[in-house]
Amino acid sequence: MSLETQKKEFKPLIVAFCCNWCSYAGADLAGTSRLSYPATVKVIRVPCSCRVNPLFVLRAFQRGADGVIIAGCHPGDCHYTTGNYYARRRMTLLFSMLDYLGIERERTRVEWISAAEGVKFSTTMNEFAQTIQALGENKRLEDLRCKESLE
Amino acid sequence: MQRIFGIISEKAKQLLSDGTCDRMIGWKRGEFFYDPTPAVFSGAGDLEDFVYDGFCGSNLSKYLIQQSAKEGKILALLKPCDTYSLNQLVKEHRVRRENVYVLGVECRGMLDIDKIRALGVKGIQSIEENGDQLTVHTLYGDKTIERSEVLLEKCRCCKSKEFATQDDLAVTGEPMPEAPADRFDMVKKLEAMTPDERFAFWRSELSKCIRCNACRNVCPACSCVKCVFDNDASGVASKANTDTFEENMFHIIRAFHVAGRCTDCGECSRVCPQHIPLHLLNRKFIKDINEFYGEYQAGADTESRGPLTDYTTDDVEPSVVMQRGGGK
Repeated sequence: MSLETQKKEFKPLIVAFCCNWCSYAGADLAGTSRLSYPATVKVIRVPCSCRVNPLFVLRAFQRGADGVIIAGCHPGDCHYTTGNYYARRRMTLLFSMLDYLGIERERTRVEWISAAEGVKFSTTMNEFAQTIQALGENKRLEDLRCKESLE
Repeated sequence: MQRIFGIISEKAKQLLSDGTCDRMIGWKRGEFFYDPTPAVFSGAGDLEDFVYDGFCGSNLSKYLIQQSAKEGKILALLKPCDTYSLNQLVKEHRVRRENVYVLGVECRGMLDIDKIRALGVKGIQSIEENGDQLTVHTLYGDKTIERSEVLLEKCRCCKSKEFATQDDLAVTGEPMPEAPADRFDMVKKLEAMTPDERFAFWRSELSKCIRCNACRNVCPACSCVKCVFDNDASGVASKANTDTFEENMFHIIRAFHVAGRCTDCGECSRVCPQHIPLHLLNRKFIKDINEFYGEYQAGADTESRGPLTDYTTDDVEPSVVMQRGGGK
């Protein structure tokens, strides 16, 4: 493959923060059920969706992610009873702020995926990857100072 | 302003000499007439440099974190909006309220020297305050300007003339001017723009940032001993930015860390040497919190749960950002 075609082909890098108790198990189920989702989705396991600090989301973008998705238990089903309610408020405010700064609103998403929803995991990731593919590269939130190690 | 200064000095002298308070935090004369500096006065005999005028905009609440940890009682001169910051710090157990004696001082809105200069007034020697009028003594003679035209941004849309907490008051009892402006007017204007316009606006503003950290250091809500941004391993420490929007993470997180706790005291914008309108980030969070979770004024009391340390089961989903109209 020549350098020219390498440059043209854009594969969105997606970071998916998945809660240990629901969404990560949902991803497992998607795997054991032989459902596919894009290999460019990088799953990061977190103990709870409320473990996701807004800094993590921005850091992912800073270091070259094109989309960030946070997946947790359905509201009411949190393993720690209330974690995802706090996460919901935080992420609502963060996404609203990103929108306010002129960042594409489609780049960030929160989905509630239970351990039984392997199908939902795979369709969500496929659909999200398509959305990001259509949006193109994340240029607005990247930070070239942080990207040397990725090259 | 002369009158209120007299009332405050008298009360301060009395409180310091009768043993109610051991020292006082207020403002002392700075290098120029327009930059009074926060200062601690050690007793009633130490007050010759003490000033209180239209340039005492700085919020003294944050100094009380350290001052209230010391022995003895400190007399704190707080304007109405500063008392909200103090309440918030008391709520977070950062200030020992029993070591602070709050003397609420009347405020008619503080002045912005840059706005006075921007009116084209040159050679300013001193400024005399007469109620709602200012007489500017310049090398080229006297000029009269309206006080309401040259207020600091935070005073332009003053949130309250009422004190959220007080032990005593120093007020003249004169009628106070009404706050003329809606504090969310600029936020609404930005929200109505397209994403590209908003990005262009913020890019041009944030590209001015020199990461001096003044906004963080002055903020009374930003009171962590160790800050997440003091991180040598971040990859961005001591590196000049290569692109014009790269300080966005600092600014988003700075505003996010005080979301729900920011009393909108406006200190961040006041101290910014680059004149970045940082309060617009904080006000966006305040506006969103008000819209999504109900009206909330941080620092109005010392008991309520902040909006980000609370929840209801039927809160809006984050996808609400996608659905909201305006600025498609």
